[in-house]
Amino acid sequence: MAMAEATSIHAPEKVEKSKGYWSGVGHRLVRDPLTMFCLAVIAALILSAVFAPYLGLADPYKGSMIARLKPIGAPGYPLGTDEQGRDMLARLIYGGRLTLFIGLMPVVIAFFAGSILGITAGYVGGLTNTIIMRTVDVFFAFPSVLLAIAISGALGAGIVNSLVSLTIVFIPPITRVAEAVTSGVRKLDYIDAARASGASAWTVIRVHVIGNVLSPIFVYATSLTSVCMILAAGLSFLGIGVRPPEPEWGLMLNTLRSVIYVNPWLSALPGVMIFVTSLCLNLLSDGLRSAMNVRD
Amino acid sequence: MTKLLEMKNLNVRFKGKRTVHAINDVSLSMEQGETLALLGESGSGKSVTLKTLLGLLPPKRSEIDGSIHVNGTDIMSLRGKALQRYRGGEVSMVFQEPALALDPVYTVGHQIAESVMRHKGVNKAEAMSTALDMLDRVRIPSANRRLHNYPHELSGGMRQRVMIALALACRPRLLLADEPTTALDATVQIQILLLLRELQKEFGMGVIFVTHDIGVAVEISERIAVMYAGQVVEEGTTHEIIRDARHPYTQGLLAANLHDVARGERLNAIPGAPPALEVRPDSCPFAPRCPVAMPECAAGLPPLHLPSDRRRVACLRAAQPLAAE
Amino acid sequence: MSVTDTYQPLPDTGGPAQPLIRVSGLQKYFPVRGGILGRTQAKVQAVDGVSFEVKKGETLGIVGESGCGKSTTAKLLIGLVEKDKGEIVFDGHALGERLSLKDLRRGVQMVFQDSYATLNPRLTILDSVAFGAKVQGLDNPEDLARKMMDRVGLDPDRFAHRYPHELSGGQRQRVNIARALAMSPRLVVLDEAVSALDKSVEAQVLNLLNDLREEFGLTYVFISHDLNVVRYISDRILVMYLGEVVEVAPVESIWHEQAHPYTRSLFSAMPSMDPDNRTKEPPLAGDPPNPINPPSGCRFHTRCRFASAVCREAVPKLSGLARNGDHMVACHLHDAESGHPKAGQGVPE
Repeated sequence: MAMAEATSIHAPEKVEKSKGYWSGVGHRLVRDPLTMFCLAVIAALILSAVFAPYLGLADPYKGSMIARLKPIGAPGYPLGTDEQGRDMLARLIYGGRLTLFIGLMPVVIAFFAGSILGITAGYVGGLTNTIIMRTVDVFFAFPSVLLAIAISGALGAGIVNSLVSLTIVFIPPITRVAEAVTSGVRKLDYIDAARASGASAWTVIRVHVIGNVLSPIFVYATSLTSVCMILAAGLSFLGIGVRPPEPEWGLMLNTLRSVIYVNPWLSALPGVMIFVTSLCLNLLSDGLRSAMNVRD
Repeated sequence: MTKLLEMKNLNVRFKGKRTVHAINDVSLSMEQGETLALLGESGSGKSVTLKTLLGLLPPKRSEIDGSIHVNGTDIMSLRGKALQRYRGGEVSMVFQEPALALDPVYTVGHQIAESVMRHKGVNKAEAMSTALDMLDRVRIPSANRRLHNYPHELSGGMRQRVMIALALACRPRLLLADEPTTALDATVQIQILLLLRELQKEFGMGVIFVTHDIGVAVEISERIAVMYAGQVVEEGTTHEIIRDARHPYTQGLLAANLHDVARGERLNAIPGAPPALEVRPDSCPFAPRCPVAMPECAAGLPPLHLPSDRRRVACLRAAQPLAAE
Repeated sequence: MSVTDTYQPLPDTGGPAQPLIRVSGLQKYFPVRGGILGRTQAKVQAVDGVSFEVKKGETLGIVGESGCGKSTTAKLLIGLVEKDKGEIVFDGHALGERLSLKDLRRGVQMVFQDSYATLNPRLTILDSVAFGAKVQGLDNPEDLARKMMDRVGLDPDRFAHRYPHELSGGQRQRVNIARALAMSPRLVVLDEAVSALDKSVEAQVLNLLNDLREEFGLTYVFISHDLNVVRYISDRILVMYLGEVVEVAPVESIWHEQAHPYTRSLFSAMPSMDPDNRTKEPPLAGDPPNPINPPSGCRFHTRCRFASAVCREAVPKLSGLARNGDHMVACHLHDAESGHPKAGQGVPE
């Protein structure tokens, strides 16, 4: 058969414009209104907490015996005052600083530590895997709340100790997820192909493993931030976290508990903040999950 | 006698992020007890045709038009109970991966009996004896013992035999086979092909056998319909297709089988790849890859050339003998 | 500068008479673990005592059914699976002695069956192709990768920055071939490299493989279950059954006469391609046995029509046929001293 003839009317193959992976993720995120809204809420909370001193708010530590328990909408106090007469708006925004820090930092640290442990266990396998994973399993024997309380209780109250205890609580679940996705990727042919290139284990992990396991681990870790915030608030509520008079949502919820019959709306405010933040974080992680899905 | 299958101007389009025109104006007809091979490569629409016949396409995502009659029943109008009776009763299917198509938590005897009870309304004991009989008929050694095995306890070839027993238990008039031997080893594949051939004679049913392997089609079928880009480009008896292929695509497929190519000789490969079918082809879809294409080929869909009864070729060149080779 | 000039293979040692790769007594058992402690409960005898050599510039085809150990053999050749026993000698240098694993992978590359799974979904085509060349420290890896892409028929300007999922199966397999060749190997192991492709695309890739072999002076080990494809591309064919070599012979010789009963069955199992003369009877009954507990003696005896007592007891040795020493077979029927009732007569019709 004459092939030269064929090539003359050979239709060009389909050319698709291709984008980088992250620009694709960004593109899909932008088109998801709910996720974008949640992202905006979280950003607003973080920004207002960071820039609280420049927002012209009242002093969150200064109380006033005559201005105690002003209701929401009272003149001069848009969100009322607490049981010591401190401005609620200021305390809620300043409270975001500690709450978000204690809520996010442990997950960030645990994300790195857990990823390193899990990827190592998943890629190396064998005895290394057994040692890491069985150690991690020990922590799964306790419910996360109890574990956090136990560690915090043992270390004593305080911000640093809360951070440490929460970090320890979140390393095992992240390690387990990291191990599971890594050993899944490890079985794929492209890892074999890369090893067959003569690449060292570290190069294979750096180029071929991390890029493919990090996004599922990241999405999972994002979903843990809301749990972490609630746990942190819980520790403060129990008195083994942040100590008064620091503004912190969990602690505020605790102290306002006593006035729940006097001014229920007021005492619910820190709870609303915790609820909104953790809901937004959860929805954000769902949105990320679908945006990070490469194949369609 | 009514025709076993009468499919007229079937069109299937999948909607979604990308539209795919999977089947474009396919007509097929089969007499009772005939064996037809649907031969084509991935994306040619052969599997979609089978799924349409069983009403298995997702209704929300697919647009189907045209008419399909099986034994005189309009299957496009079947709904609910009637559709269930039709599937597995009148028409049943054998899949490529028996490991996925069989339920891992029930014994094979249970699964066959279950289907018999549902379609024939007999009691458990009778259904079990039918199941045993079926395992015997698909030549499973010591069928009595195998009846109580779970699918994972059987080898690949054995599982495919069970799958066939399950499909034939209710004596369908039409058996659909979707690449049932592709996942099997060569020595097992030929066993299953010969078994299907014998069972077809024994039960007198019609068989539509979907495959990408022209050699398999020759072993199993009396007639072959070659599909490309969601269309039937050539149809005829197996003898006609193998000995006297008229469509350049069929000729290319035959050459690509390498059955009688000298070692190291340069292959007459079909260049390029099949079209993506995002738009409905309005000219010969094979023309861009065709070694004997003419300017007229891009002008419109080729007319059907009908050299003899029940033989058709969708190619402008089919009327004249090909100068190729 | 053409791509041939940038090809940087390892220098030849030992001249054309020395086989490019020689394996002897290769063995690999995979443990089957179970229970809480993950103890070894059984062993899959994937490859057991396999020996063969591949001459420089030759293509050796390996055929066999699932579980015969052909894929494990491929992975052993490139060190993806660690051998239990045996020796791998590449161009006169034994692996583990004068040859490190990294050097072996400089000389041997592999193309896998699943074109999608072999490519990292997060890397662009160019990054995937250039990866190996970078790792091996070759000069200008990206430039080399672009040239190799061009050579396998993928326009680098159009494909370099695309992702694997945007390509068709045939295009992806071309990427995999470019990826392997970018490391300038001398031996390429093709493990079912064309099996997943459509027939029309398969022919294109086979043509490409033939061209590349000539252009770069490559040696191939071509693994496939499709006898027609193996015959087309190979100089010699090696037949495996349950982890052992049962027959190895030049293509013409084995096509003319299959000396082992298993090889004969495998050949008769091919569809006839003749509508007037279809296969009447399957050559073998049942499936291949499980390689966890392979049969004693000759592993094929459970399915062999000519099996006798000696086949159950003694393992047949691979040795040359009397009339053609290049045609090697492991069957008691061909060994006059084996004690088989029909010994020395060859396989009856």
